Amino acid sequence: MADEMKMGTYICTGCGIGDRLDASQMEMIATREGKATYAKTHDFLCSQAGVDMIQADIDAGEVSNAVIAACSRRAKNEAFNFQDIAVSRANLREGVIWVRPDTDEARETTQEMADDYIRMACFEAKHMHAPKPSDEQSLNKHLLVVGGGITGMTAALEAAKAGYPATIVEKTGQLGGMAGRLAKKIPTRSPYANPAETEVADLIAEIEANSNVTVCLNSTVAKTEGAPGRFDVEIATESGSTSTIQVGAVIQASGFKPYDANQLPEFAYGKTPDVVTQAELEDLVKAANGDAVKRPSDGKEISEVVFVQCAGQRSDKEGHLSYCSGFCCNASIKQAMYFKDANAGIDTTVIFTDLRTPGSGGEDFYRSGQQKGVVFTKGVVSEVEPGSDGHTVKFKDLILDEDTAIQADLVVLATGMLPNSGVDPYAAEKAAAAEEEEGEEADKGDVVATVDVESILNLDYRQGSDVPQLVHGFTDSHFICFPYETRRTGIYTAGPVRRPMDIAQAREDATGAAMKAIHAVENAGKGRAAHPRSGDLSYPTFRKEGCTQCKRCTVECPFGAINEDEERYPTFNESRCRRCGTCMGACPVRVISFENYSVDTVGAQIKNVDMPDEFDEKPRILVLACENDAYPALDMAGQNHIEYSAFVRVIPVRCLGSVNTIWVTDALNSGYDGVILMGCQKGDDYQCHFVKGSELAHTRMSKIDDTLQQLNLETERVMTYEVAITDVQRAPKLINEMAETIEKIGMSPFKF
Amino acid sequence: MSDMNVAMVERYRNNFLKEVEHNVEEGDWVKMCMQCGVCSGSCPLGPYWDHPPQELFMMIRAGKREEVLTSTSMWMCTSCYNCIVRCPRELPITHIMHGLAHYAKRLGLAPKEQPTFKFSQHFWNNLVKKGRVNELKLGLSLYFMNGLVEGIKTSLNMAGIGLGMLKTKRMSPMEMIGGHSVKDTKGFHAMLKKAEEIEAARVEKYGKGS
Repeated sequence: MADEMKMGTYICTGCGIGDRLDASQMEMIATREGKATYAKTHDFLCSQAGVDMIQADIDAGEVSNAVIAACSRRAKNEAFNFQDIAVSRANLREGVIWVRPDTDEARETTQEMADDYIRMACFEAKHMHAPKPSDEQSLNKHLLVVGGGITGMTAALEAAKAGYPATIVEKTGQLGGMAGRLAKKIPTRSPYANPAETEVADLIAEIEANSNVTVCLNSTVAKTEGAPGRFDVEIATESGSTSTIQVGAVIQASGFKPYDANQLPEFAYGKTPDVVTQAELEDLVKAANGDAVKRPSDGKEISEVVFVQCAGQRSDKEGHLSYCSGFCCNASIKQAMYFKDANAGIDTTVIFTDLRTPGSGGEDFYRSGQQKGVVFTKGVVSEVEPGSDGHTVKFKDLILDEDTAIQADLVVLATGMLPNSGVDPYAAEKAAAAEEEEGEEADKGDVVATVDVESILNLDYRQGSDVPQLVHGFTDSHFICFPYETRRTGIYTAGPVRRPMDIAQAREDATGAAMKAIHAVENAGKGRAAHPRSGDLSYPTFRKEGCTQCKRCTVECPFGAINEDEERYPTFNESRCRRCGTCMGACPVRVISFENYSVDTVGAQIKNVDMPDEFDEKPRILVLACENDAYPALDMAGQNHIEYSAFVRVIPVRCLGSVNTIWVTDALNSGYDGVILMGCQKGDDYQCHFVKGSELAHTRMSKIDDTLQQLNLETERVMTYEVAITDVQRAPKLINEMAETIEKIGMSPFKF
Repeated sequence: MSDMNVAMVERYRNNFLKEVEHNVEEGDWVKMCMQCGVCSGSCPLGPYWDHPPQELFMMIRAGKREEVLTSTSMWMCTSCYNCIVRCPRELPITHIMHGLAHYAKRLGLAPKEQPTFKFSQHFWNNLVKKGRVNELKLGLSLYFMNGLVEGIKTSLNMAGIGLGMLKTKRMSPMEMIGGHSVKDTKGFHAMLKKAEEIEAARVEKYGKGS
């Protein structure tokens, strides 16, 4: 930044700040210690008048870096949204006056807290620059949809309707996918009483009529390279020819493959043609073309059909799926209706352990099945014994608690879904970690795809050819907040590749993914982050002279945003980047930084609090709180006026993954008595907005004990916690516990 | 009665669920049970039933005809209606219990020594005469339900209460002769007859094959 920095501090005295704190003292601190060019006080800063005052200074070129000392950075951000300048916020409301009692004894320490936040904000602002978009961005509205099933077709049509052209790449010779194989589908409209038409034909017709959707049949994706807004995708056809298209974003709707029922010999699958899977029954019904389905073995009339739920599912046996595929209970009800609707005299029995009918209409559909006379029996099938005329299904009745049996002409197995998610880029790492966990605990019976897995996307990324998977091969995404966002920015998964689901859910999924893809394309066109830091213009850069090519950043980036160039230096793909700063936290030589978030912006805050000496009995506790969950939890604690120690200084971080251990070392060296790191939940059911950030931080911090011991400090002085956004009571408690600990173990000897 | 039982077995062969649907009051609700067990958990007498309602429904579906119809379980129902109020599927469980009991009695399968069974018969016999319950006669018939000796013992035991009731005009010895009745006894008996005809017609209807 060639321009000379002009720092302006704006202190708000509204919301009771002026009554509780000495504004003139804070002004003085801002100008004298914080080296602000000027400091102004306003009694209602977020009002139009207050905002106009700041804007006038910006327009007059008076200020390039502003400090707004008012409420939390999470409040009033529409009002304080100034373009082209760097803005730092000092949290005097939620972070100071609302968490401290309004008493005479508390006044001094409360004021000290506020003064420190002014100092910290000034020094943060000093190291910040207003982020500007890189010149890497490009707007390409074209979307690629991989997979021409119900999900892919819906996604393409939804995108096309919104004005974003889509290309569908389908491996087989026709659209429709698994849904095309079905005779009827589970109803999606009230009264949810009867099987409904699949609408596959309608969708295909709609796609053919839509000039914005291109379909490539018998094709696969041979190569995907680039980043959101500028993916180059090579499409290979079966005949061997290839073509390359440029797309802005990718929707992967590669669906599922049915579980291989040959792994269920106990149910006589393969021993008699009268034992079929649900998918095979659909084929039989379609082939019968409206006539009654006959017994496959001898063409006899069918009078008794038994449906075996959870066949090879929800089981810890080897080779079985441990999870519930979610669609199969409804599917069995639907298939029982195929028989009941044609001839009410046919006995249909569904043997279930837990009948699960998800979706708004599921319960009605179940009830409709009962009304039609489908018999539901709670039990576990142990064996199907083939016979010459009909077969015996042996099961344990779970209500009557007895072993019993039922005769069947046709046995239908409700087998599950296996995701078509391609190659797991981290499979080797996971296997190594599992092995490390020691012992034979690993034989959980989870399906490990031992079959040759073909890559779906053939990504030209350093981190592997496909999107990462979480468990059971389903693609990884933040399940609650960002269900469609994979760990490869600009690539969205929808449908059963993401989690088991039925047609209705898949279509909803497809619509959501299309919307997210559009979002990504538009943001990429403006050089902004897509999510979760939607609209963020900053992106990481590194100081090449300092880089040791250790590759930690490229390996640890949860989103595969960093490649390597020919000289083995990292190359950042801005539009793939989610701006979490995990690379910054990883870098051992601290050369990675964002314009408005760097080792310096936080480091300077840590170093510039006023450190009382050892005999003052005023310890200092540093809290590095994740801005997504822990910081809002502390803000809410403020809103609820839950008090916590006045000795604490909270610094929000983008993600705990961005915490560089140097901050902790610096804090201890400059005399802090305790350090608390608050991140999100990690593990398989993680809450971390950046997937791996919290986990990586916990791993890094597990090694901090050595540093503490070297410094001859107690290990209790540094604590790392998983804090959820709802931990409004717990987060302040953790802070107070640290204050108590310090009272017990004494002040840090590192105060100067 | 057992002729009817034989006939029904013949008619429905293995399909007890259908037999219940056709012949038991509210029996067509049985198939709608989703086996949640709320009824069984809600029944204040639940622990004393051999088979709580949820289990009875499952037994019906499993074709356990004999076991269901000879069971004492549905005779245990006191009509508190807790199960009906709580059933998420809104099954009229109390009514089904009484329906099952009634059907079992019609077939001659009901457990004869079950106290509720005995009481019900005495109550019914007493009631149909005049359309009103004659408490004095009902009381006495219950005392002597299990034989003369026990009847006399119980009567003597209860003598104090009986005299007290006489004194406070809560019971009249005149009830022994005739007793009070509904205004239109003839009409009442006509209604009962009609009900029996309707019942017979239903048996007849399903009797001719399902």
